This record gives sequence, C-alpha cells and structure tokens, in this order.
Amino acid sequence: MDNVGVIGAVSIVTAGLTLAIGSLGPAFGEARAAAQALAAIAQQPDEANTITRTLFVSLAMIESTAIYCFVLSMILIFANPIWNRVIAAAPT
Amino acid sequence: MRITPDDLVIFEWGVFRLNATILFTWVVMVLLVGVARIMTAGLSDAETPSRWQNFLEVLVAGMRDQIRDVSQQDPGRFLPFIGTLFLFIAVSNSLSVLPGFQAPTGSLSTASALAICVLVAVPLYGIVAHGPIGYLRTYLQPTWVMLPFNVIGELSRTIALAVRLYGNVMSGAVLGAILIGIVPIFVPTLMQLLGLLTGLIQAYIFAVLAMVYIAAASGARGGNDGPAAGTQASDNQP
Repeated sequence: MDNVGVIGAVSIVTAGLTLAIGSLGPAFGEARAAAQALAAIAQQPDEANTITRTLFVSLAMIESTAIYCFVLSMILIFANPIWNRVIAAAPT
Repeated sequence: MRITPDDLVIFEWGVFRLNATILFTWVVMVLLVGVARIMTAGLSDAETPSRWQNFLEVLVAGMRDQIRDVSQQDPGRFLPFIGTLFLFIAVSNSLSVLPGFQAPTGSLSTASALAICVLVAVPLYGIVAHGPIGYLRTYLQPTWVMLPFNVIGELSRTIALAVRLYGNVMSGAVLGAILIGIVPIFVPTLMQLLGLLTGLIQAYIFAVLAMVYIAAASGARGGNDGPAAGTQASDNQP
C-alpha cells in the first residue's frame, strides 16, 4: 500500500473510532443530567422553568465534547490536511 | 462534499471573492433589518395594536424575561446585544430549510466571529459595571495563582462557543446530504425537521451562554469585596 492508501485507511478508521468513543461519554453524561433534571422537576414542578433552562444549557455544554469529535471526524474524512499535502507532493 | 459554505464561491472579481457565507449573511441581515423596519413603521399605543406589533412585543418581552431570569439584572443593557445574537442565529438556522440556502452559521468563520463578539463584549460589560481596575481584579479572584487559568478559561470557552454552533449546524447539513444519497425523500425531510428544532435550541443556547458569561463578569458577586458593593445599588434600578 502506498502512502495515500495508508493515510486514507488510517483516517477512516480513526474517524470511526473518534465518533464511537466520543459519542459514548456524552451519551452517558446527558442521560444522567436528563434523569436528574426529570427527578428534580417531579419533586418541584414549580421550578420547572429554571430547571429546564439549566438543563438545556448544561446539555449543550456536555454535548460539545461529542460535537468536537464529530467535527474532528468530518475533517479527517472530508478535509484531511495531511492527505491533501501528500497528494500535492506526489511526483505524478 | 463541502463541510463549510466558505468554499462555495459565487462570484469572483480580482482578489475579491464573494462566497456563500458572506452572501447569505447579508441576505439574513437585509431580511432582519428590512422586516423589522416594515414592522415598526406603524407602531402605535392604541388599545389593539396591529398583529405585527403584537408579534414584536411578544418577542422582545420574551427575550427581556429570559435575560432577567438568567442574569438577575435589569435586561435593558443586554437586550440589544443578546437579542441580536439570538435573532441572527435563529433566523439563519431556520432559513436553512429553504432549498439553496446555506446557513451562514454553518461556517466556522461566522461562528468564530459571533464568539469573538462575545469575547469582546464580556470585558466591555464588566468594565462598565465595575470599572477597569475592578474588572481586572476579577482575574485574580480566588487567589493570584488562578490568573493563567482564568485567562485560559476565557479563551477556551470562546472556542467552545464557536465550535459548538458550527458543529451543530454543519452536522445537520452534512447528515442531510449523506442521507439524500442513501435514503432519498422521506428520511432527509425528517432530519431537516429535527434540524429546525436543533437550530432554534442552538440559537437559544448561544444567547443564554453569552448572557451567562456577561452576567458573570458584570454581576454583583460576593458582597464582601469593594467593586461589588457599588454595583449592588445600581442593579436595583428599575
């Protein structure tokens, strides 16, 4: 396998691993946050407004790690800088 | 496949390149300003306001309430900045269901620009509230050891703000494009519907986070240190 093939294979495998592992953690975190918020709303329905707003903000914060992984894997697949450099340096 | 509308060059003239991001940013700006202009042309304080005026009043009152809830301060100072952020992101995300429209927020440049606006606004509001010395002292807040961490925190949350908005909007567009390739017609439509919801939530979250950051810099804190004592009185103004 030449350089381009190796870089392509490694990029695709890494992108898949990045998304898989990177979405696992935030999924558990968001589940915990949502479960706690639901329990809190069930205990204090009057505070539902504040709890929901805080829940949204914290979900966005937790989710951002998953979004980083997504952006990273998109870059790896569609806009890989190393791939472009190798293609440009190819002697063809 | 494009992962940013920056690459889509619509018009090129010498060094000047008009890409889709700039074009659609201006479309959204013209739309917002134009519609607001038309709507506010016939403002009245009659018993029954026109339906457009009613809509605007609901919008502005809702934003004021949210800002007051989040910041625990008078919303008047923050409304122009936070409201503009929210409206711009919400409109450009919602318009992305139109065929051919590329949401400008789906470009890292636009998202970074908005996040840098927040980065600049935080010290400005902080200095207005506490004065330059009082604001700079907040960087030494628990102890002076925390100074580098406070600075890093300020920068990293700006990056987080930008990448969060960009990633969410871009993921909707890329997912739609991929799904059109595998399962045409039905599933992409559902994903676009979900994208409408996500877009509005992202606009809300961006505005709320900006408000939280600004409120943390400009709000009354502790009550036992000097700078906060002066603002506690001014915060209670109607």
